[in-house]
Amino acid sequence: MILQFGVLFAFLAAGELVVKLTGVPVPSSIIGMVLLCASLKAGVVKLEWVDKLSAFLVHNLGFFFVPAGIGLMNCLGLIADQWVPIVCATVISTVIIIAVTGWAHQWTRSMSSKMYKRVTKKEV
Amino acid sequence: MDFLQNKYFLITLTFGFYLGAQLLQRRTGVKLLNPILIAIAAMICFLMACDIDYATYKQGGDYIDFWLKVAVVALGVPLYKQLSTIKRQLLPLLVSELAGCVAGVVSVVLLAQLFGASREVVISLAPKAVTTPIAMEISGAMGGIAPLTAAVVVATGIFGGMAGFKIVKMSHIHSPIAGGLSIGTAAHAVGTSAAMERSERYGAFSSIGLTLNGLFTALLAPMILDFLGYSV
Repeated sequence: MILQFGVLFAFLAAGELVVKLTGVPVPSSIIGMVLLCASLKAGVVKLEWVDKLSAFLVHNLGFFFVPAGIGLMNCLGLIADQWVPIVCATVISTVIIIAVTGWAHQWTRSMSSKMYKRVTKKEV
Repeated sequence: MDFLQNKYFLITLTFGFYLGAQLLQRRTGVKLLNPILIAIAAMICFLMACDIDYATYKQGGDYIDFWLKVAVVALGVPLYKQLSTIKRQLLPLLVSELAGCVAGVVSVVLLAQLFGASREVVISLAPKAVTTPIAMEISGAMGGIAPLTAAVVVATGIFGGMAGFKIVKMSHIHSPIAGGLSIGTAAHAVGTSAAMERSERYGAFSSIGLTLNGLFTALLAPMILDFLGYSV
């Protein structure tokens, strides 16, 4: 388990280093995630080194958001004043994102598979 | 009672509310009893009733918040497990993520404007679909209110996690890949943990959605805000 903690923190630290050196406007944790994925693929890191702790963290991700959510109590006044635009815009926009992303994915996939079929037909 | 402000006590209480809500949700099967939502609401009620301010809570809460970054790094594992599928459809993934990112930022800004939100609130809402660290960064840099952004981000995640699968079904999105992807794009890590409960494959695509949208939003949201007349 110590190894699992050590590896995950090492990738977070690596992410922090990348942000510090390059100044990219991307959080260190996202960079750490991409680096971890790449290292697993390259075989530098073995899956057994990280699978247990990462399974635990990933399955309980929601819990770690609770403190940030409690920060809500600091802007209750603002929310009371403007709750209509906040709630409406958030809910409708979330529905739009889900629909647009899903449609775009299904559409581009069917397009690319059609193109693929056309190409293979020509070859035949 | 000074002990009520003790950070270890406040951490314990956070665990307690979350576990209680989890138990209640499992027993009753009521989706609305989302543990994140209930824990936040119960904790706010407790703090306000005991006249404890957020800064005091944060001394304990930060120890939980700290693990958020590590948990995001851990998402690299399910991502790795789906790498071959990602490679096979890199173009559809990039196109749909770009579409989702732009549609998300533009729609929330225009809708907030339409419903009469103030300038700062509009900017605070713009990055609401991505995880808190990215969203707060963008919001702060563009002149928004970072704590409001954090709260809206969490609320968005809870909504997306609870209603996401219904919206996917209603929009006639049939492939689990497209469904997972859109939930991760719209509702970041909270949506991803809901997707993970459904299946690892769903969850993995959700984590691709959250990663790509995080990157795209970090790069594009400032430009889109600028274009819509919200320059710094």
